[in-house]
Amino acid sequence: MENLLSLAADNLVSPIILSFVLGLTAALARSDLTIPEAIAKAMSIYLLFAIGFKGGVSVAAHGIDATLGLSLIAGVILSALLPLVAFGLLRVLTNLDHVNAGAVAAHYGSISIVTFVAGTSVLESQGLMYEGYMVAVAAAMEAPAILSALWLISRGGGARRMDSDLWREIALNGSIVLLVGSFAIGWITGEDGLAEISSFVVAPFKGVLCLFLLDMGIVAGRGLRAGRGLITMGLLGFGVLMPLIGAGAGLVAALLLGLSTGGAVLLMVLGASASYIAVPAAMRVAVPEANPSIYLTLSLGVTFPFNLALGLPIYVSVARAVTGG
Amino acid sequence: MQTHDAKRVEITIEAIVKSRLTDALVDQGVTGFTILPVLGGSGRSGEWSRSGQVSRASGMVQVICIIRPDRLDGLLSAILPVLDRHIGVVSVTDCQVLRAERF
Repeated sequence: MENLLSLAADNLVSPIILSFVLGLTAALARSDLTIPEAIAKAMSIYLLFAIGFKGGVSVAAHGIDATLGLSLIAGVILSALLPLVAFGLLRVLTNLDHVNAGAVAAHYGSISIVTFVAGTSVLESQGLMYEGYMVAVAAAMEAPAILSALWLISRGGGARRMDSDLWREIALNGSIVLLVGSFAIGWITGEDGLAEISSFVVAPFKGVLCLFLLDMGIVAGRGLRAGRGLITMGLLGFGVLMPLIGAGAGLVAALLLGLSTGGAVLLMVLGASASYIAVPAAMRVAVPEANPSIYLTLSLGVTFPFNLALGLPIYVSVARAVTGG
Repeated sequence: MQTHDAKRVEITIEAIVKSRLTDALVDQGVTGFTILPVLGGSGRSGEWSRSGQVSRASGMVQVICIIRPDRLDGLLSAILPVLDRHIGVVSVTDCQVLRAERF
């Protein structure tokens, strides 16, 4: 417990979290602080490229084994099943109709790559190693949740039929292509490739992450302001409870797979995080009736800050206690 | 200067369905159109601003095309299924063009 509190305290005063808090506070105080759209986009491209590339290099250095394939399968299963749990929980805790509940559920089966990146940053500051292929697991977990949620929604006659546009949106959205592509480049070029561009993908990484989280704080703050009347106590409870359930499921999967402590933390983070990039886009195409203010405010305004500030230290402490790492 | 009657169709729609809409325009033989980014606005779905959006899901665009009046009904019938359940506004105004053969 002491360990958890100390880790939580360290986490809360890290530059990453404080940058997020600055953005959040500025937005809630109605400051005109903004990060230009093009710069925010460039930073997200940089972060995705760097995290994918470094993951690929790690796999090149350590080789591939059966655990990689099993981890991918576990990620897909987690992503497909978590929306079913989220849907059930939403129906119990809230009065959302099945279309909105299904749309929210999709977000909680899919992942937030920024939370994942923040997780790797915490692990590095704690000196905990993790499997490089967890980046590939993150990419694999983006889409299955969307399909599960669409199935849930279609049972009530709410979702549009799957067509090529929707498939393209799900499978080929920019973040997945960049993450998988940079992972492949890192894997192919290995340590030599990393040595060539390390001054670009390694050294500035945390600084860029701070600025990106400043922007995310602004976006989350604006979302919270806009969605103030929508977030009921039930939804708020869901936004905090569901990540803990997802993290628990991730931990069980990590233990079954025999992942390292760092790998277990990352699978917990992936299970706990909620999408706010890929899934909202897919939901707007497939289920335009679902209210984006609900799912975006929940995933970005409630679950993302919770995971960032409190979830990460909890997941690290629990994974350490369970794996003995 | 000789000018000719035409119809200017402005479609403000979610960015996520932009390609679906432009495909429908091309299918109707409308190969000339302009796409503009939308900075923000307010409507039945609430207030919205382009700044601070992390997902393509929330963006809006405006597609503008100018067509001959006799093609208007066919065009509107073709784009209606695309707009369907999405947020958006379609408006049609009379306008004049110089080179009628281009529309």
